[in-house]
Amino acid sequence: MSAGQDWTTRTAAELADALAAGEVTSVELTQAHLDRIAAVDGSAIEGVHAFLHVDAEGALAAARASDERRAAGSPATFLDGVPIAVKDVLTTEGMPTTCGSRILEGWVPPYDATVVARLRAAGLPILGKTNMDEFAMGSSTEHSAYGPTRNPWDLERVPGGSGGGSAAAVAAYEAPLALGTDTGGSIRQPGAVTGTVGVKPTYGGVSRYGLVAMANSLDQVGPVTRTVLDAALLHELVGGHDPRDSTSVDQPLPDLVGAARKGATGDLSGLRVGVVTELQGEGYQAGVQARFTESLDLLVAAGAEVVEVSCPQFVHALAAYYVLMPSEASSNLAKFDAMRYGLRVLPEGVPDPSAEEVMRATRDAGFGDEVKRRIILGTYALSSGYYDAYYGQAQKVRTLISRDFEAAFAQVDVLVSPTSPTTAFRLGEKLDDPLAMYLNDLATIPANLAGVPGISVPAGLAEEDGLPVGFQVLAPALADDRLYRVGAALEAALHARWGGPLTPPELPAGLDRREGASA
Amino acid sequence: MSAATTTLVPFEDVLATYDPALGLEVHVELNSATKMFCGCPTEFGADPNTQVCPTCLGLPGAMPAVNRKAVESAIRIGLALNCEIAEWCRFARKNYFYPDMPKNFQTSQYDEPIAFEGWMDVTVPTEDGEVETYRVEIERAHMEEDTGKSLHVGTSGRIHGADYSLVDYNRAGIPLIEIVTKPIVGAGARAPEVAKAYVAQLRDLIVALGVSDARMDQGSIRADVNLSLAPKGSGVLGTRTETKNVNSLRSVERAVRHEMQRHAAILGGGGSILQETRHWHEDTGVTTSGREKSDAEDYRYFPEPDLVPVAPSREWVEELRGTLPENPTQRRARLQAEWGYSDLEMRDTVGAGALTLVEETIAAGTSPAAARKWWLSELARRANDAGVELPALGVTPTQVAAVQALVEGGSINDKLARQVFDGLIAGEGTPEEVVEKRGLAIVSDEGALSEAVDDAIAANPDVAAKIRDGKVAAAGALIGAVMKQMRGQADAGRVRELILEKLGS
Repeated sequence: MSAGQDWTTRTAAELADALAAGEVTSVELTQAHLDRIAAVDGSAIEGVHAFLHVDAEGALAAARASDERRAAGSPATFLDGVPIAVKDVLTTEGMPTTCGSRILEGWVPPYDATVVARLRAAGLPILGKTNMDEFAMGSSTEHSAYGPTRNPWDLERVPGGSGGGSAAAVAAYEAPLALGTDTGGSIRQPGAVTGTVGVKPTYGGVSRYGLVAMANSLDQVGPVTRTVLDAALLHELVGGHDPRDSTSVDQPLPDLVGAARKGATGDLSGLRVGVVTELQGEGYQAGVQARFTESLDLLVAAGAEVVEVSCPQFVHALAAYYVLMPSEASSNLAKFDAMRYGLRVLPEGVPDPSAEEVMRATRDAGFGDEVKRRIILGTYALSSGYYDAYYGQAQKVRTLISRDFEAAFAQVDVLVSPTSPTTAFRLGEKLDDPLAMYLNDLATIPANLAGVPGISVPAGLAEEDGLPVGFQVLAPALADDRLYRVGAALEAALHARWGGPLTPPELPAGLDRREGASA
Repeated sequence: MSAATTTLVPFEDVLATYDPALGLEVHVELNSATKMFCGCPTEFGADPNTQVCPTCLGLPGAMPAVNRKAVESAIRIGLALNCEIAEWCRFARKNYFYPDMPKNFQTSQYDEPIAFEGWMDVTVPTEDGEVETYRVEIERAHMEEDTGKSLHVGTSGRIHGADYSLVDYNRAGIPLIEIVTKPIVGAGARAPEVAKAYVAQLRDLIVALGVSDARMDQGSIRADVNLSLAPKGSGVLGTRTETKNVNSLRSVERAVRHEMQRHAAILGGGGSILQETRHWHEDTGVTTSGREKSDAEDYRYFPEPDLVPVAPSREWVEELRGTLPENPTQRRARLQAEWGYSDLEMRDTVGAGALTLVEETIAAGTSPAAARKWWLSELARRANDAGVELPALGVTPTQVAAVQALVEGGSINDKLARQVFDGLIAGEGTPEEVVEKRGLAIVSDEGALSEAVDDAIAANPDVAAKIRDGKVAAAGALIGAVMKQMRGQADAGRVRELILEKLGS
């Protein structure tokens, strides 16, 4: 193992401590991760393929600036100098942002998303942009127009989605930290199937300004890390009110890092934990269920009281989600019309095409099948005469799901379930069966509909396939600190049992990395 | 089928058979310093695409944030129109594709307008010198954002047949308030006038509120005119057409009249009215078919998820109610009393759209009589000749007051003042500068004047003799001769004095 690889396996908190102690520079850390990317990320053809764009030059420049600040005795933040990867759905000034779509190929935004601006201000070098299902539509990252990301635990399998790139990059030690976005589970489900920690904060807890929206009322930006403490550190750094996002909550975040540290002591006495009846049993893989039950026992051992809680409306969550999300998406994606930026395709055989004909040809060529499927669904659901039956009805279901959460949180402090019903499936396995693909998000969607926060913590490997399983914790809106307390306690108990964090198998290195190479 | 081939029915004949129903949708561009959902400036006339940002360009990822000042203006307009103000309302997305709309949806309000259920009393003068009042009911006033501006380059100037099109997004996102009336029925022959009077009064109200530049010629107020005809006495509403962007008060009246005559022609010929958008042509005074509305665009409205509901507190609403200007009726009564105008003079002033101009001229130091004289006799005629609204003529109340001050100071007379107005309209500078440049000042050089009087006496010995005989009235002929020689730049009173002096009368 090279010295570089050594740094890449550390947690962000450890790296920050090492920087503070002068054991390493940000340039060394950043270079170590760039080397790791060069070795294992490969391309659409082979390797992990977590990155769509690597910005070595920009990252190293930021690292040098960080080292200068530290040398002057004035680091910007605790994480100053720790590199990070950013999902390609967040705008980055001067760095391509494609959302995994052909229609944005080559687009370089003139502005930073608020969370990206906060990363830069905090001194974190941005390694690059991570792969994702096109416009965050999918649960496997196979819907990326630039080829799939592969799961570092088994390169024949998907890393989950839509944020498979961020999760795989963190799992494969290509980045200690990453940002993802979660509309129906796109942070938590990839976290579960890659053995990483993923947090969807309370809706409004982190600014969405600069997040290219799939479904504005459901989207949230959140951390993807290897430990619960790292997630809390990153969450505190990017979270908090932003006047550019009207839906952002105008009040201070709870003490998330404090909650994570407190949880890590392993004491959960007095905590009431509710197991959601509707989010287990049929459809859940046996090995997933077994790891989930084992984690529950650990929570009890830590002093928590575990009860079963029913949320009867959750069974309608998937259906409501697949009306609301495409409705909003169909409108959001209308702006991609070839008039101002991105791809422009001229229709073949039309000598003097009108703006409308250019729009049609571009959208036909630039959007993938899943995107088109959702635009059609959403357009239909919003059409006059169907609105009440679909969009209106789905909004009612959404209200009922929120009431289920309210009732449940009147009885317990947190709710828990497996994050995903199964472990990582094989590439291509569900690509032709959209409904089977949608079922991956069964347990994660209710939180998005109600705006409550959720975390997925690695809970071990399933017996039958040796692949990671995620344990989901949900808390009431604005009580994100509970996720970190419970998550850190569970993590501490599991690490004690395993003798440390789970480590994926060695990856083939020395791959040919071709920027933008497609499958 | 086209308007050009429809023979219009005489206006009187329309009324014999049909009852017209009007509906007006007026868009008011607010004069807030920044746009509806971002911090970009709103100034008119900047270079194309210089007042834009990720939000108003609709760039991926950008988000809107509501301009509180625009909400305040919307509430004040609503209150001034006697509307209810919503306790809670949302923005919605109106989805349709068009290149000048950056997001391909317009952020607007749909079924939850900020203001609703109001009214405005519109007064129209009658032939016998009385005033008739129509109550126009307001259905709603809602907030929305403007689109960009397309420029179709090519011989046609319209989208069809253009070689290419350019879009200026400076206007995209400028706050608009759309004020929609309920159907206005019962106006009969007065329908065109009521339409015009409503827009004029609404404009005055907007000006008094100070929420918009209210310039129809610059598009800061734009009117869409809906019209339908129903069989006389039937009490139903017929199929309407919507005539877009009627951009002067005069055109509002003409467009209503034209559509009444056109509808009657089609209905009388056994045809039926197509529900459609129509374009008004200022030059020819006709409307032509725009896009059909019947194969209806489905705008797929749904609540804008990037914005939180607007929930103005009752305290704020009452605070804003306290900032409203007096209503137009009260204001007119007050001004008439202050100025000592007769009813007829007051009506003429209002009718010419000169009330505020006269008020500001008086405030600048001119007597009420002189202010009325210049605005109503001189400037109103010029505006009419030029086919523009009085405020758009290019002469300001301050300038009128300055011209009158020059008259009263004896530097010019009324006749010369008219030439000063020529200069002002031509943009030659301040009244003083125009007088200077055009050499209009009255000659007060006694030597030159005396010489001219002597010349006139010498040239008209018979007239001079009559005056010597005591026929003072004959002096007029000599005065005229002197004034002619002085090219009008003399004080006629002084000329008269000199003549009588020299002829010893």
